[in-house]
Amino acid sequence: MLRDNRIVLGLAAAIVLLPLVMPWDEKPEFGGSDDKASGVIAEVKPGYAPWWEPLWEPPSKEIESLLFAAQAAAGAGLLGYYAGRRSRRREDEAGRTALRRERDARP
Amino acid sequence: MHIMEGFLPPLHAAAWTAAVAPFVIAGAVRLRRIVREKPEARLLLGASGAFAFLLSALKLPSVTGSCSHPTGTGLGAALFGPSVMTLMATIVLLFQALLLAHGGLTTLGANVFSMGIVGPWVAWAMVRGGGAVGLSVPVRVFLAAFLGDLATYVTTALQLGLAFPDPATGFAGASVKFLSIFAVTQVPLAVVEGLLTVAVVNWLSRHSADDLRLLAEMRGEEKETGHAA
Repeated sequence: MLRDNRIVLGLAAAIVLLPLVMPWDEKPEFGGSDDKASGVIAEVKPGYAPWWEPLWEPPSKEIESLLFAAQAAAGAGLLGYYAGRRSRRREDEAGRTALRRERDARP
Repeated sequence: MHIMEGFLPPLHAAAWTAAVAPFVIAGAVRLRRIVREKPEARLLLGASGAFAFLLSALKLPSVTGSCSHPTGTGLGAALFGPSVMTLMATIVLLFQALLLAHGGLTTLGANVFSMGIVGPWVAWAMVRGGGAVGLSVPVRVFLAAFLGDLATYVTTALQLGLAFPDPATGFAGASVKFLSIFAVTQVPLAVVEGLLTVAVVNWLSRHSADDLRLLAEMRGEEKETGHAA
């Protein structure tokens, strides 16, 4: 079952989509777990203030999502480049074999 | 799993940074050696880093009603060994700290420890150990990526528990609170990371037989010369 990518990828998609379509008693926020952790810090050690600030912060949620998208695109782009190079080579080899057969078949 | 900028006391920040520095250097040395001795491996090496770049940018919803992201380090650890992924994770975390204000420079050491060291080593141990007990490749790869992802988040929770012990219940009590956020949210996402990693390895075994042969060759040489991963 784990060898069939249609099943593997279908299952992964289903797990990602499940929280979005399942019925909830109380509609969740889908906030980041990192932010929830700072909530616990505030509870355990009230008044803790970070002693260092980020040097630069994305000016808005939109800019932040742009940068996340850029990160994902860079990763996906390089993966796609790899996949293209590797499957292209197989096709090249298959093409060369076919050409050779054709040539050898000629009298 | 990003501990945010300034959220670890200076002493903790310094200690984690000092602890990970040798691992990051070892990763850089190993990466250089692979590139020099096996230039054919560069493309797959780049693809392994790209997988971590892609997966760690995806914040996915979990059944707990929170969002979190996979790490993507299990694939590279399974293919090239854990230390290369320490360097890759450091690059990802640095990018996110500087441009996204996710994580931070003072917490970089702690975050590299969880995502770049614990995760990849757990994944690598699972791939090797699973082979020893005769698990099939897809099952080993799934468990490696799943456990590596989960171990990263468990580590983050323990690091926070250490830095912020509960006044009443101490390190254990605080860790349980952090675990209930990070580890529970992460379980379905770690399953997703396991499945995506298996999908890539399935694809590799069909289309990249040469690359996989090269990796097996590298592992064989390491055994002969006694070089660890």
